[in-house]
Amino acid sequence: MAKERGKFEETAIIIRQEEIADNIYSMWLRTEQIAVHTKPGQFISIYCRDGSMLLPRPISVCEVDKSDGAVRVVYRVAGKGTAEFAKFRTGKHLKIVGPLGNGFPLLDKKAFLIGGGIGIPPLLELAKKLDCEKQIILGFKDELFLLEEFCSRGEVYLATEDGSAGTRGNVLDAIRDNHLEAEVVYACGPLPMLRALKSYAAEKDMICYLSMEERMACGIGACLACVCKSTGIDPHTNVKNKRVCKEGPVFLAEEVDL
Amino acid sequence: MIHTEINLCGIPLKNPVMTASGTFGSGAEYAEFVDLNRLGAVVTKGVASVPWEGNPTPRVAEVYGGMLNAIGLQNPGIDLFIERDIPFLKKYHTKIVVNVCGRTTEEYIAVVERLADQPVDLLEINISCPNVEAGGIAFGQNPKTVETITREIKKYAKQPVMMKLSPNVTDITEMARAAEAGGADALSLINTITGMKIDIHRRKFALANRTGGLSGPAVHPVAVRMVYQTFHAVGIPIVGMGGIMNADDAIEMILAGASAIAVGTANFANPKATEEIVDGIEAYMRRYGVKDVRELIGCVS
Repeated sequence: MAKERGKFEETAIIIRQEEIADNIYSMWLRTEQIAVHTKPGQFISIYCRDGSMLLPRPISVCEVDKSDGAVRVVYRVAGKGTAEFAKFRTGKHLKIVGPLGNGFPLLDKKAFLIGGGIGIPPLLELAKKLDCEKQIILGFKDELFLLEEFCSRGEVYLATEDGSAGTRGNVLDAIRDNHLEAEVVYACGPLPMLRALKSYAAEKDMICYLSMEERMACGIGACLACVCKSTGIDPHTNVKNKRVCKEGPVFLAEEVDL
Repeated sequence: MIHTEINLCGIPLKNPVMTASGTFGSGAEYAEFVDLNRLGAVVTKGVASVPWEGNPTPRVAEVYGGMLNAIGLQNPGIDLFIERDIPFLKKYHTKIVVNVCGRTTEEYIAVVERLADQPVDLLEINISCPNVEAGGIAFGQNPKTVETITREIKKYAKQPVMMKLSPNVTDITEMARAAEAGGADALSLINTITGMKIDIHRRKFALANRTGGLSGPAVHPVAVRMVYQTFHAVGIPIVGMGGIMNADDAIEMILAGASAIAVGTANFANPKATEEIVDGIEAYMRRYGVKDVRELIGCVS
C-alpha cells in the first residue's frame, strides 16, 4: 500500500506580505496543491525556519486564489513563531502542510457570518463561497481590518469595544441593534463569543457552526493535544473529546461542550 | 549491498527505525505523509483496558528546542483499538508494537491478556508516563516495583515485553537492571523529562496540568547518555529515543548502544521525519562503508 493522500507537504513561496493593522499581517503564499484543495474554514500548518521552534503554527486560510495557486493567511503576531513569519518578505520559502481540518459546510440558507478579532479572516473565503443572503457581523477591539474585502461579499455590520465603528459592544449587540435575523450562524472568534453565540442560536433555533481553537502539536490528528470537550462520545477518540485539528476546527454548536 | 535489518528480542525489523509512542497515533494520520511499509515498526499510542479522557487543555507548550506535553494518556480503550487500529496496521509490512498503560498492575495485565491472541509483535509497557496521577511513572521510579510489575506482566504476555523507562530517576541503570531481573525482553528509553513552563505575561502555567514531559532535541544528549549507561548495565536490547530529529541523531543513539531507535517529537516538526531517517541511515552506512547496521550498536570509543 502506498501513501494515502489528502494533505500535502509543500515548500510555499511568499508572494507578498504586509501589515494590515497593528500586529496583524496578511501573507499570500504560492502553493502547488494546497490552494486547489482548500475549502473555507480549513487551516494550514506553517513551520518555523528557526530550528529551536519545533511545532508548526496552525493558521486558518483567509482566502484562496485557485487560478494563481495561492492561499492567503491573515494572522496576529502572538509569539516568536509568528514574529519570525512577519519578518519574511516576497520570495522567501516556507514549509507548509495543508489543507487541514474540516472547514465550514456551505448551506443555502440565510446566514450570519460572525467573526471576532483574529477569528475574522477565515470568514472571508466562506463569504466568497457561500451563495446565499449573507449578513457579515464583525467584532473588533478598535482597529478594523479586511473591511473592504468583506463589503463586496455581503452586508457588513460592525461592533467595536470602544464604539469607534458600528455598535459599541460585541457582535450580539450589533445583531440586536440592527434587528438582524438568519437561519444559520457561521462563527469564528474568542471562546466567550462562541459561548454566547451557542446559546443565542439555541434560543432562536438556528443552525450554528463554530470554528474552535486550541494549542496544537502535530496538526493532523495524531497527538491528541488539541481536543475540545464534546457533548457525546466521539467515534474516533471513544471519549467525550474531539480533535480540533481533525474533526474540527468547525463543529456544530450542539456537538461541543463550551 | 547494505543490511539494515536488526533483530529486537526475536522480532526481525527491516530497519532500526520505529515511532515513539504517543507521537504517531496508530499510524493512520501519518500514512498520508510517509509509507509505513518503510518503517521497522510502528509503536502505537498507549492503550488502556478502558477509554481514558486524558488531561484538560492546554496539553502542549513549546519550549526552546523542545516541547512539553501533558496529554494524560487519552486513549480509546483496548476494545476499539483491537477492532480498528490493529487491522489498520496489519495492512502494512511493518512490525506492530503496542504501548500498554494502566493505573494498576491488574489494568496493565487486562490489556496484555486482550492482546495475547492479536497479531501484535511486541508489547511496550509504559511505566514512565509523567502526566497521570496513578500508574505510569509511579511504577517506574522504584527498582522493586519495576521488577515486580515486569515479572507480573511476563506471566501473562504472549508477546515479548519491552519496558519503557523514565529518565526521572537518580540512576537509570538501577531501573534497567530491575526490569531485566523481572524478565523484560527489551528496554525502551527515554520517556519524557518532567518540566514546567510559565506564561510570564499572564502569570499562569502554560499547561493545564502544570507539569509536562519535555521532549525534542533539548533532551537528546540526556537520552544518549542514559542509553549508553544502560547498554553497559544490561544484556537485553535497547530501543533508544529522545530528541532524535534526523539520521545523525539516530546513528548517535545506535552508537551509544541502541539496537533500534524511535522517532517522536520530530514527527511534529516534520511529518516525513521517520522515512527521511530510514534513508539517512542508509546514506551514512554507504558513506562509511558499513555493511551491517548491527556493527554500529554500542560502537563508540
